[in-house]
Formats: sequence, C-alpha cells, structure tokens
Amino acid sequence: MKGYKEIIASYADVPGGIIEAYHAVQKELSYLPEEAIFEAAKVFNIPVSEAYGVATFYSMFSVKPRGKNVIRICESAPCHVAGAAEVVAALERELGICMGESTPDGLFALEFTECVGQCQATPVITINGKPYLNVSPAKVPKILAEYK
Amino acid sequence: MAEEMRIVLRNYGKIDPLKIEDYIAQGGYKALEKARSMDREALIEEVKKSKLRGRGGAGFNCGQKWSFAYQAQADQKYVVCNADEGEPGTYKDRLIMENDPHTLIEGMAICAYAIGATKGYIYCRGEYPHLVDVLNTAIKQAKEKGFLDGFDLQVRSGAGAYVCGEETALIESIEGHRGEPRFKPPYPPSEGLWGKPTIVNNVETFANIPVIVEKGADWYASIGVPSYPGTKVFTLTGDINNKTFFEVPTNTTIRELIYKYGGGIPGGKKFKAVQIGGTSGAFIPEELLDTPVAFDNMAAIGATLGSGAVFVLDETRNIVDVVTRIAKFFEHESCGKCAPCREGTARMHEIMSKLNSGKGSAKDIETLSRLGRVMSYSCLCGLGQAAPAPVLTTIQHFKADYNAKLV
Ligand SMILES: Cc1cc2nc3c(=O)[nH]c(=O)nc-3n(C[C@H](O)[C@H](O)[C@H](O)COP(=O)(O)O)c2cc1C
Ligand code: SF4
Ligand code: FES
Repeated sequence: MKGYKEIIASYADVPGGIIEAYHAVQKELSYLPEEAIFEAAKVFNIPVSEAYGVATFYSMFSVKPRGKNVIRICESAPCHVAGAAEVVAALERELGICMGESTPDGLFALEFTECVGQCQATPVITINGKPYLNVSPAKVPKILAEYK
Repeated sequence: MAEEMRIVLRNYGKIDPLKIEDYIAQGGYKALEKARSMDREALIEEVKKSKLRGRGGAGFNCGQKWSFAYQAQADQKYVVCNADEGEPGTYKDRLIMENDPHTLIEGMAICAYAIGATKGYIYCRGEYPHLVDVLNTAIKQAKEKGFLDGFDLQVRSGAGAYVCGEETALIESIEGHRGEPRFKPPYPPSEGLWGKPTIVNNVETFANIPVIVEKGADWYASIGVPSYPGTKVFTLTGDINNKTFFEVPTNTTIRELIYKYGGGIPGGKKFKAVQIGGTSGAFIPEELLDTPVAFDNMAAIGATLGSGAVFVLDETRNIVDVVTRIAKFFEHESCGKCAPCREGTARMHEIMSKLNSGKGSAKDIETLSRLGRVMSYSCLCGLGQAAPAPVLTTIQHFKADYNAKLV
C-alpha cells in the first residue's frame, strides 16, 4: 500500500490536481486524514484552509475515518418513488448501523447520495463506485456478502 | 416500440466502443478531416447555421458560442466537455460516452480546431469512474492514429457536487478549487479556465458535431422544430412502462414520449404529472402534454427541456411528498456562496417538510410562493434560480395535493 505522501507527490505537476490526488488517497485509505490535507496544501502550494475547503466541499470526500467499503444509496426522486427507503432500512438492519455510520469492524460505511446516473433500474446503490441496480431489501444480504 | 431517430446514439450497439477501428469503419473521424480542411470561420458559420443549441440545459446557439471564443485573442484557449451529468433522472451522457466515446472526442477536436484551442478537458462526474477508463482508452487510440495532433485532451473527475455542472463552477473544479460558480460576465468564451477563452459544451452537444459537419447544416436544421432542431435523448423514469431511453426529433410531444415511446403508465393506473428536465424542472399536468419537447415550446408552458429527464408520476403518488424530497436535494446541493440560495433552499425544505407532515397552513403555501419568486431572480447561479420551479409549478397545477395536507 502506497503512503499518502507518495500518492500526493505523484500529482504535483498536474494543474489543479488536488482533486485527483484526493481521489487517489481515498482509494487507499477510504478517507482523507488530516496529515494528507496538510501534505496536499504543501505540494500544491496553497493555504491549509483552502486544501481543507476543497476536501469538505465535495460529497465523495470524507475527512472522517469511515468503513473500507463505502455504500451509497441514491435518494433522488426516481429512486425515492421506487422504494429507496426500504433499501435503506434493509441495509441499516443488515449492518446494524444507521445512515452516516460505519460498522465497528471497519468494513462498511453507509451514506446517502443523489442520483448516480443509473436511473433505468431504480432503486440504485453503489459500493466503492460500482452500481447495483433494481435493489430490493431481499437482494441486500447477497450484495453485502461480496465484500465480506 | 415507436421508431426513434438516432444521431448522437447512431453507433449505439453497432460498434465496440473500445475499438477505434469500429468507429472509423462507421465513417468516424471523416468529419474531423473535413473540418480541418475548411476555413475556420466557414466551419463555425456551418455550425451556427445548423442552429444546434446546447444540450446541457441553457440552449445557447453552439456556433455562436464558438464564434466568441474564436474571436477572443489569447495565447491559450481551451475546450471543455461538461460530462458532470448530475441532474437526477438523467443518464444520456453516460450512454453516449459508454457506447461511443469517439464521437465525443471527434466533436471536441473539431471545436478545438475551430476556435484555435490546443488543450481540452473532459470533466466526468465522480459517479462514473468506469467512464474515466473508457475515455482514456479512446483518447489514447485517437492519439495513436494521429487524430489528436496539436490537441492535448485529458480527463478530470468530479467528486460529487451537483453545482459543478454549472459551467463556471466546473471550471473552478478543474482548477482544483471548491466548485463555487463565478459571477458572470465575463463568460467562459472570453475568460474561462485559468482566465483563458474556453468553450464549455455538453457531451450530447459535442456528439452532434461530427454528423453536422458530415451531412451539413441544412440537413440538421430541417429536423424537428426549426427553433431547436435536431434530436434529443430522453431518459424515462418513475411510473412508466418502458424505463429506458429514446432519441427523438424535437417536434415529438410530451404525450408521445410517455405513451408512444414510454408505453404509458404501468398497472392500468392514470397519469398524474411529469417532471421534465431533471429535478429543477417544472411539473406538468395532463392538459399540457401535447406540447413539443423543443426548448422554446417548453418555455412557453413555463417548463424546461433541461437535461431531457422524464420523471412520470401516476395517480397514487403524493406530489407534496415528492417535492419535499426534491427540496432536500437543493438544500444539500446549494454551494452556499450566495444568501438567497443558501438560506432559501433551507427554508424551502423546512416549509415543505412541515406541509408534508400535515402541520402546514395556507399561509405556509403563500410564504413558499413568495420565497420561490424571490429566489428565482435573486440567486447567483442557475441552481438557486431553478430550485423553486418544482415547488411553484406544483402549487400552480396540483394545489389540491397541498390543500389535502393542511391542518
Ligand atoms: C446547477 C446547474 C447544473 C448544471 N449541470 C449541468 C450538467 O450536468 N451538464 C451540462 O452539460 N450542463 C449543466 N449545466 C449547464 C451548464 O452551465 C452550461 O450551460 C452547459 O454546460 C453549456 O453547454 P451546452 O451549451 O452544450 O449546453 C448546469 C447548470 C446549472 C446552473
Ligand atoms: S445560487 Fe446556490 S448554488 Fe448558485 S452560487 Fe448561489 S448558493 Fe451557490
Ligand atoms: S435517480 Fe437514483 S440513480 Fe438516478
């Protein structure tokens, strides 16, 4: 596993590359530790406040530690009317956590998202960016098993 | 299913998107060659004459926009593709990029030649990580074949912010900043990315370009409604039998979209409302369904064409509940730069939640209407300006749903 310093350094020459660097750090660590934000500020030669401002602006970035596999549930209107709330309930039940939390074993994080552009088969969830379509409460255990 | 007319999706299912040879065999990159043999002004004139208007929602004349960037004097110009596609219920740009990435690249290369740009970016939303690989592969192939000589094209990812679809917020994001919209003017064709003249066009807009160059402006201008010619890709969601996509000429009516293409409402239920253009679109009642989908026809009924999302609700749906969900969306996605939107979207969500839980009064509806009117002209960018549309149009057309929830 590459350290955050090495990852961020590899984007130093990319104009405006801080967002790409943050994506790459999150791919390894699932979140942006404070040290990584300090490091990015240094590498991209911007104030720490600005590096932090970027990290907190975008909903896909987390400045708090979270589970390794990030489950996001679309709650936009088309998924909402297709029964997203039932999928939320099933995921919370199955994982024993509430939306916005991570499992104690650090395996899963549960988050809301807006439309992920797979609206031909609602409701939709994504795990680490991979979409699962036409999700129903019954399908939840099998989907989660892939990551256990 | 009814017959479509496929221009931007002309290669859908016909080619292997990751094989440039397939695209070339369908006549791909011929338009780029033709464009590069043309005088730049004549090329832009041709695009103007086709009357192609932006498919990203604002409907600006594409060739005219290009001519502003062409005329601008600068040592560097940029071409940017808006692939942020954040409007809920929309996945047309994904379809184009997934199935025919080269049509987008060819369209962008033609634009680069026309305005004199040597660098370009595709800003792809963070929710489409798989497309970054598809696009990078396609760019590499196009480079190897020599189609991108003098045009350096790169892909950048968004990170989950709806407002970054707004062109100046998108530019801020490529520059590595928070995606907050800029004050306009200056507009991007004069001062855009890193302060340089920049063309920002939607994926679907660029995908039309190779065909227009190949077949000519007159051919294109003759399709659909003359003021907004060509085709539009629609994605159907909600209570509809065919939850899928269709590319149709712009003189198609909303009713045809729902019944002829969409196959009507499932379970023998009755139609109640349709929201077109995404989550910031108006809700449209039955009596307005015979409106053509073209930009100005939609504007005339107080609606928008927007991204081409078609979200259908049947008679069993509660409008107030759906609009409350939408109000939460805007509160969440407001970037917070200007007060009318930052505060307005929060209050709008608060009042909608109150109404939805059966605790609201007629006075709350009155407040919502006033708040919505003020936001529509005082917010800095299109997000805050359009956020009240679902609220205002449902109060206008579906007042009974609101009244039924009053204390
Ligand atoms: C809040 C907001 C979100 C937007 N989202 C998108 C988007 O996802 N895709 C897009 O192409 N245009 C979007 N736009 C419109 C762009 O600002 C811009 O008009 C468009 O990219 C121009 O390209 P076009 O002329 O080809 O349509 C959005 C505008 C606003 C105000
Ligand atoms: S209208 Fe909303 S999204 Fe647009 S700049 Fe103002 S606060 Fe930001
Ligand atoms: S509305 Fe849920 S994926 Fe688009």
